[in-house]
Amino acid sequence: MSKDPKWKSSGGKMSDEQAAAYWKGNVTIIGSLLAVWFVVSFVTSYLLAGPFNNIPLGNVPLSFWMAQQGGIFVYVILIFTYAKLMDNLDKKFDVHE
Amino acid sequence: MEVTAVEIWTWVLVILSFSGYLYIGYSARVRDTKGFYVAGQGVPPMANGAATAADWMSAASFISMSGLISSMGFDGAIYLLGWTGGYVLLALLLAPYLRKFGKYTVPDFVGDRYYSSTARVVAAVSAVFISMTYVAGQMRGVGVVFSRFLGLDVAWGVVVGMVIVSFFAVLGGMKGITWTQVAQYGVLIIAFLIPAIAISLQLTGNPIPQLGLIFSDIVPRLNAIQVDLGFKEYTEPFRTRSMIDVIFITLALMCGTAGLPHVIVRFYTVPNVRGARYSAGWALLFISFLYLTAPAVAVFARYNLIDSLHGKSLEEVRQINWVSSWEATGLLKFDDKDGDGIIELKPVAAESEIVIDNDIIVLATPEVANLPAFVIGLVAAGGLAAALSTASGLLLVVSSSVAHDIYFRLINPQADEQRQLLVGRGVIFLAVLAAGYFGINPPGFVAEIVAFAFGLAAAIFFPIILLGIFDKRTNSQGAIAGMLTGLIFTASMIIMMRSVPLLGTETAIISDVFGISAQGIGVVGMILNFAVTFVVSHLTPPPPAHIQELVENVRNPLGAGAAGGH
Repeated sequence: MSKDPKWKSSGGKMSDEQAAAYWKGNVTIIGSLLAVWFVVSFVTSYLLAGPFNNIPLGNVPLSFWMAQQGGIFVYVILIFTYAKLMDNLDKKFDVHE
Repeated sequence: MEVTAVEIWTWVLVILSFSGYLYIGYSARVRDTKGFYVAGQGVPPMANGAATAADWMSAASFISMSGLISSMGFDGAIYLLGWTGGYVLLALLLAPYLRKFGKYTVPDFVGDRYYSSTARVVAAVSAVFISMTYVAGQMRGVGVVFSRFLGLDVAWGVVVGMVIVSFFAVLGGMKGITWTQVAQYGVLIIAFLIPAIAISLQLTGNPIPQLGLIFSDIVPRLNAIQVDLGFKEYTEPFRTRSMIDVIFITLALMCGTAGLPHVIVRFYTVPNVRGARYSAGWALLFISFLYLTAPAVAVFARYNLIDSLHGKSLEEVRQINWVSSWEATGLLKFDDKDGDGIIELKPVAAESEIVIDNDIIVLATPEVANLPAFVIGLVAAGGLAAALSTASGLLLVVSSSVAHDIYFRLINPQADEQRQLLVGRGVIFLAVLAAGYFGINPPGFVAEIVAFAFGLAAAIFFPIILLGIFDKRTNSQGAIAGMLTGLIFTASMIIMMRSVPLLGTETAIISDVFGISAQGIGVVGMILNFAVTFVVSHLTPPPPAHIQELVENVRNPLGAGAAGGH
């Protein structure tokens, strides 16, 4: 069933080198965005929660705001950023729809 | 029997919203398996985002989460970050490639990528197990909302929920479910935001709860009150559990979210890979409207409850309307233990004279804020929308795992469209009956298992789907060994750590592993799964050439429209 010919017929017309370069571009984008995700999820919210507890943001401690509000804002931005950057990459390699 | 304005409004809003769902379900009925399993892959990304948000936000998110955060303070971040951060993983690492793969289910990908019926069966059985445990909780949620707001017996509430869900799910499959979920998202978010805005305006003078939280003095005031009563400050990090446990639980909820079959499968329904990427963004944006508001509601409600109840005399608090009505439900309890005529909230549960159930935070907010009866009815309709939308998404996973992955792909590959559709509909109907049965007669440990569905999803699915896309060398032997390791390790650790409710032992067989509790243990299972899959794959022959080609193909975004057609 996996030998279904549609795996060969569908898909773009990238050469092997192009496909490898496209994938490398994608993995680089994913890597840098996930680094931000990691920092927001675990460093600013938890690992630095002690020191950030004494920094105020308005009337709340920064650590509390990052853990209960800020992180979520950043997540939404990260996903749309990924979609946008991949639009550009798709256009560059002519695999956009 | 006296009928109150609240009951009338609740009936009106519940009947109106249910008729809407039924109408949508009927208009979106389907005739082929592609429509039944993946809504014909024609759902616009933004609509799929709203459907995913409703699919994802369950009765627990809507009714219980704010209350949990309210009692946990800072540490409530495990739910806030855990249940949203997983979407980043889903959007960047899984959704676009699974959409390109384009077949109908998660076990389909696992079975094809690892060219193995064993892998397909392990995946299908795990998907059914995770979804069935989760769906029982939703049906229970429907029953509970009916009983609290309308005084209907829980069992009858569950039966009404079963009839509604089976109507649009059996008839409309994924297409019916998708469009009713979009409507359900609308109902649940309005129902959540209106009381939140009203209470924010009352307490902080700011209609936007997120701004009221930061710029008014509500948080310093709550912190001061907490300290006065002998609690730690509300915003103090790690007062309910250690930092390492908080980190592992957050990660388990994130990877579990990304590995839950009913969430992943929603991304099969958009027209192309680009749609899947944006759709994940829309989903999280729609989810964030509730998740960014819940922590503000948690603070406001805690302040309000302490302010109205603590240090007052019993006669005085019982004169407040909402206090007497919620005391009647048993969710709010008073016991003047020291007999001084004053009721007090204390940090030690055994000494506290006020007991507040977590669910009351959201359910009672409109009454505490003195909102009109119609808003209270709206909250009931919102809770029902949250429970029904999640239940229908889960039931579809059960149906597709049994009817598509096991019946069609393994037992009877010759089955024609008509027969597949009939089996799919039959399985959904049976799953509704089973879910209803467990909703009416919940085994005592349902709550335990639901929380751990995430641990299992993280430990079983997340690693092998990820490696299946990002590492061409991962083969069938590695994946099967990894899945079984994750499954056996996580399931046995959870059973031993939660042996008190599950096995009836007097103390837990294992209390924790290096400070990680049962909720976070799925991450350890996931790491083991990654390690075992990697090592076994590299000790055994590489996957055949056509599988490496399949991986190349899912990495290329072009041609997703065609790939799904059978």
